[in-house]
Amino acid sequence: MMGLVLDGGIALLTIGIAAWTIRAGDDFAAVVGFVAYGLVLTLAWTRLGAYDVALTEAAIGGGATGVILMRAGARVKPAPAARASRRARIIVGALSAAVAAGLSAIVLLPPQPAPSLALEVREHLASTGLGNPIGGVLMAYRAADTFLETVVVLLALFGVWSLGRDAHWGGRPGPALRPAEGGALPLFARVLVPAGIVIGIYIVWVGADAPGGKFQGATLLAAMAILAGMAGLVQAPATAGRRLRWLLAAGPIVFVGIGLAGIPLAGAFLAYPPGFEKPLILVIEVALTVSLAAMLALIVAGPTERAP
Amino acid sequence: MSVLLGLFSTVAIIAGIVFFVAGTVGLLRFPDALTRLHALTKADNLGLGLIVLGLLPYAGSVGAALKLVVIWALVQFAGATVAQMIGALAVREHPTSAGRQRR
Repeated sequence: MMGLVLDGGIALLTIGIAAWTIRAGDDFAAVVGFVAYGLVLTLAWTRLGAYDVALTEAAIGGGATGVILMRAGARVKPAPAARASRRARIIVGALSAAVAAGLSAIVLLPPQPAPSLALEVREHLASTGLGNPIGGVLMAYRAADTFLETVVVLLALFGVWSLGRDAHWGGRPGPALRPAEGGALPLFARVLVPAGIVIGIYIVWVGADAPGGKFQGATLLAAMAILAGMAGLVQAPATAGRRLRWLLAAGPIVFVGIGLAGIPLAGAFLAYPPGFEKPLILVIEVALTVSLAAMLALIVAGPTERAP
Repeated sequence: MSVLLGLFSTVAIIAGIVFFVAGTVGLLRFPDALTRLHALTKADNLGLGLIVLGLLPYAGSVGAALKLVVIWALVQFAGATVAQMIGALAVREHPTSAGRQRR
């Protein structure tokens, strides 16, 4: 009974915040609504027992995406919202309702028994050397998806960089920082950044056997870099820097390298030779974590605004 | 003993919820930025602190209990920092209304 009240409350809150966000008057309010929406969704995933998804939603959905949207909103000049024609609104509404109805049908009328590979995955999980089935699926069965996800983040970073002026290509993102004034933020950054780096690495490491993983951990590491930058403790690096470029490329290169090596050694792209699953997955995870953290931090840092 | 612990947890968590409700009411009802911040930080500090205190007996292990305390400490630290920054901005932008209590 208590559980039902709690779940019902979370469901109502999710819909309420979503509606409020759509109707919000300005960009800033809408982004605040979006972040709150992400946090309530995190609670919903937690109630469903999907802790991996909850962590990802909190870190990437509400957190990182919220910050990126806020920075984008601050850059874009406020414009009066273009009002779509009545016909366009009706079509969009009908299509959205169709998607919602389709999703509801899948959730409410699942085929009996529901098709699932969960049992087989659980049987073969031991061969990956991982204890967390989510991590196992992402790194073994859906490795191609995971690889493409990181490439998408890299492409997003190129998109952000290409918004800068030609003269600034390869320069540092964001305005020149004032030297840190004494105050709460530099102190906060000095204390929190070391702790946050430890927690970020912990979340990546623990992802092998418990909820966590590279995306969530990398987001935390990126957040620490952004915090240190906001506090004026570090400068954003020049985007033409060779070391930075290698850092960004390391994850995808290692992933695709090991993936290609799998063709002669294990018989398929992104297959791991038996006996080497755990160490290879670990190498990929570490490389991807470093690259993802750099990508996310640089996406938030924004387009280059200073000449190299 | 377990009855006493249960009672302790219940009282602490309910007291924590009271602080959260009071903080929310204050956030909605208080007249200016500084007083609203005052209300909000009480929810962070005391509300979450009391809830964590009430949950400690159920943490299961010392490690898990320690994690709860660390979460509370981190939230407090972040809350205090953000309150400082918003407060400083409020005083700078509206010295007359926001800084009323100060001068």
